[in-house]
Amino acid sequence: MLALTSIDKTLPGASPRVLLHALDLTVASGEYVAVIGESGAGKSTLLNIAAALERPDAGRVLCDGVEVSALDDDDATRWRRTQVGFVFQAFHVLPWLSLRDNVALPLALAGVAVAERRRRAVAQLAALGLGERAGDSPTQLSGGELQRVAIARALVHRPRLLLADEPTGNLDADNAERVARLLRDAVKGSGASGLLVTHSAAVAASADRVLRLGRDGRLGAP
Amino acid sequence: MLELLCRSAWRSASALALLAIALGVALGVAVSAIHHAALDEFEAGLRTVSGAADLEVVAARDLDEALYPLLAVQPDVAHASALVERDVDVAVVGGGTLRLKVIGLDAFRAAEVHPALLPPVDGFGRLMEPGSVFLSHAAGRALAVAPGDRLALGRDGTPFTVAGWLPAAGAGAVLAVMDIGDAQWRIGRPGRVSRIALRLRDGVARADAMSRIAALLPAGARLQTPDQALARTDRLSRAYRVNLGLLALIALAVGSFLVAATQAAAIARRTGEIAFLRAAGLTRGQLMRLLVGEGALLGACGALLGVAIGHALAALVLRVSGADLGAGLVVGVAPALSFDAAASAAFGLLSVVSAAAGAAWPARDALDIPPAQALRAGHFSRSPRSPGGAWRARAIGGALLLAALAATLPPFGGLPLGGYGAIAAVLAAAVLAVPPLARALAQSLPERTVLPLALARARLLAEPGFASRSAAGVLAASALIVAMAVMVSSFRGSVDDWLDDVLPAALYLRGDRDRAWPDDIEARLGAVAGVIRVEPIRHQPLLLATDLPPVAFIARPLPGDAGRALPTVGPQWPADAADALPRVWASEAMADLYGWRPGAAVTLPLAGQALQVRVAGLWRDYARQHGAVVMDLARYRALTGDRAADDFGLWLNEGADAAAVAQALGEAGVVADPQALLSGEDIRRRSLDVFDRTFAATYALEAASALIGLAGIAAAFAASGSARVREFGLLRHVGCTRRQIAQQLAAEGLLCALPGLLLGVLAGFAMSALLIEVVNRQSFHWSMDWVVPWARLAGVVFAMLGAAVLAALLGARSALGIGAVRAVRADG
Repeated sequence: MLALTSIDKTLPGASPRVLLHALDLTVASGEYVAVIGESGAGKSTLLNIAAALERPDAGRVLCDGVEVSALDDDDATRWRRTQVGFVFQAFHVLPWLSLRDNVALPLALAGVAVAERRRRAVAQLAALGLGERAGDSPTQLSGGELQRVAIARALVHRPRLLLADEPTGNLDADNAERVARLLRDAVKGSGASGLLVTHSAAVAASADRVLRLGRDGRLGAP
Repeated sequence: MLELLCRSAWRSASALALLAIALGVALGVAVSAIHHAALDEFEAGLRTVSGAADLEVVAARDLDEALYPLLAVQPDVAHASALVERDVDVAVVGGGTLRLKVIGLDAFRAAEVHPALLPPVDGFGRLMEPGSVFLSHAAGRALAVAPGDRLALGRDGTPFTVAGWLPAAGAGAVLAVMDIGDAQWRIGRPGRVSRIALRLRDGVARADAMSRIAALLPAGARLQTPDQALARTDRLSRAYRVNLGLLALIALAVGSFLVAATQAAAIARRTGEIAFLRAAGLTRGQLMRLLVGEGALLGACGALLGVAIGHALAALVLRVSGADLGAGLVVGVAPALSFDAAASAAFGLLSVVSAAAGAAWPARDALDIPPAQALRAGHFSRSPRSPGGAWRARAIGGALLLAALAATLPPFGGLPLGGYGAIAAVLAAAVLAVPPLARALAQSLPERTVLPLALARARLLAEPGFASRSAAGVLAASALIVAMAVMVSSFRGSVDDWLDDVLPAALYLRGDRDRAWPDDIEARLGAVAGVIRVEPIRHQPLLLATDLPPVAFIARPLPGDAGRALPTVGPQWPADAADALPRVWASEAMADLYGWRPGAAVTLPLAGQALQVRVAGLWRDYARQHGAVVMDLARYRALTGDRAADDFGLWLNEGADAAAVAQALGEAGVVADPQALLSGEDIRRRSLDVFDRTFAATYALEAASALIGLAGIAAAFAASGSARVREFGLLRHVGCTRRQIAQQLAAEGLLCALPGLLLGVLAGFAMSALLIEVVNRQSFHWSMDWVVPWARLAGVVFAMLGAAVLAALLGARSALGIGAVRAVRADG
């Protein structure tokens, strides 16, 4: 379960801007929550804080009982390595690794043996319809296929928290619908907590709950 | 379009690339500006001394003044003026010495031929007064003296009074002028003059006059035009200048590689932008011009900066170490730096062309991508196209073949242009070989290894061209360092051995050109306790060609009239009792410059006669790059009747202390000037000091090249780091620590630098062979034995490797910050 409590985050600068203020959010295990909001509202910052990539100015982040907001950078990295899966709008698949090695990356970081991680990576790709292409280079794939590789990478290490940042922003309607379904199925199948930020009402509709991040830095009804 | 060019160039500019280009240009411009300043001033000095003369009569060791009236009355001659010239070291107030050119002349005769050497007319009377001297303003400034001050100029420190200035002498000429009689008596030799300048009558053809006047000259005297004297001066330092210029060119080449690396990364990063501009209506040609223009603009900015830095550097060097960068080739002038337009234009153009070429290759690749594909989300920035294996193998083979062929070419205009071409071809072959070697090295790593190394391995296997772009600078710099280290070590080791051969005696007594030793000097030297043998040595400069500097003739005892006492090289002509010709041993320079070979019969102008001699063999002489000839002293004396000696070598009893014997020689009154006595060890130490000073400038150029090469790694990684910032951000998201990313970058730096270094070392050895066997041989006419400083080279390789890893980390430090994490969020 992911629990964010009384989170404050202000963007520093000549004229500081409050992004998150007294924000509370709980995502239960196996729950899939979508956050919508205007551009620049702080949705990505919310994901960063949930993943312990950024520290909140105030408040706590707990994930399955671990206070991740209190971890130092190395401990946070180690936690993220095993507990978090990410999916991005721009896919971010490394062009100089094969699909299999891209997907196996979190397992390699977790120290899983080579044979085992390859087996699991190919199996994860196969589950997403790309098993035959495991040895291919990402440069040969379409946008929808690349996002499926990214989803496979986000799931291969069975994370407890799945974070998705505009995962369908670069996809056509058919592919967007397919990816949205895949993400929902992944959360439901794994029992992880899923948090999605998106502009798309259709994609948000696939979630169990939809929340809007307002200009006041709080979450509310859409 | 121009505005677009300026804006995009500004955005893609890399401060490191700009600095590297500027440094390469600066080094070349500085070397050229320094030498031009010195040579211009030296040339101005020679023209001042030559004055309005059409012809000059000179001899390597002065002329009999009786020749002067003979020439003055020739029908071809309108005016004649005789000069006595000596270079005198004068103590400067505050320490140090200044080499002052002292000229003695006849004021009335000189007025028509050497007006620039005369004081104002009202000073003529003072000029003829004994003990008076007129100084150029530059000399007065350097010596901090004013009219009325006393100056110790003459032999044994005879004081002269500064009577006034020479207003027409060149601004940088360090000159003193006195009456010719005074000069002969106090600093020269009575009855001898250094040169006789002639002005021909109007309407007389110079070539005809030369043949008539030459017929009147004694052996050893030469007739030359002032231009021939200037050409000789230029030859003195040309090879040295060109060699330093070559080093500067390599530094510029290293800078060009750097520009290519940063441009490639910058263009790869901007694939989407380029595609948008094409979609927006810019043609392929317009975009190509834009991108190449960016490179050219970067080169131009670097060139401007480099020209400014180069001239500032030249001014600093002229102030600190003199005009010859410590090589001792140009003395007696105080050069003023002026803008070196030719070098600035040449190096500036080279930098613009190389930077534009560095941009053209990746630009072509970027423009080959269809805009629709490049604009599509998720498009991968493609690394610049790398030539295929077969093409690459052919290119490497071709470059090596070209190098082999170029190395066999003879010198062109006295310069080893073929050797330089071969060096360039070797460098090109080595750069071409980086990608396959980088790939082979990456493949040789075990696939199952720690993650950072595995990631670095995967990246280099996918993009071996990146290694080539980032390591080309390191390759060129390490090749230069290895080549110079091997060449300088070989040279120094050979000079060391050579000094053993040519300095067999414990003590040497140097003679004074203008004062003969007493007849009994040999006996008196031998009578001093501790001295067991005295070896007289006779020196004589011989002018064998008017367009070449004089050759040194040395007569010294050669036991058995054989060359065993000399560091001989190559086969020798066997002694033949039936051969009546006296045998001489010629230095290697004689073979190169005059075509002398063992067995050849040649003519030497000795003791007023043209003497035919047989070249018995060649010997190695590092002291005189313009040639030396050695003959057995006894044979020389028998042939010429000249029993004089200039120097003496003294062999001492075993265990005798050279300093104690030198003191005894002084106390016994045999040697009046203690500075004339030098131990062999002193001469060796001084010679090696001069050697080290001479090569100090090359060390500076090597260090600059190494810095530029390392900057290349840093710039390539900085550009790549900024292009890969999202990649690093992703790695941070999936759980890579900063340390792991730093380790990956360090591993990439290592894997990129290693092939560059390995090939650099190989190319360096090939280049050192070319420097030793071709460039030095053709420039300076001396051979050397190979000495490889293994320990120093290993130190350089490890230092460069460590520095490359650091440079890679420094260059890509942006990849480790929070910016990378945030960049992942941006629309890709």
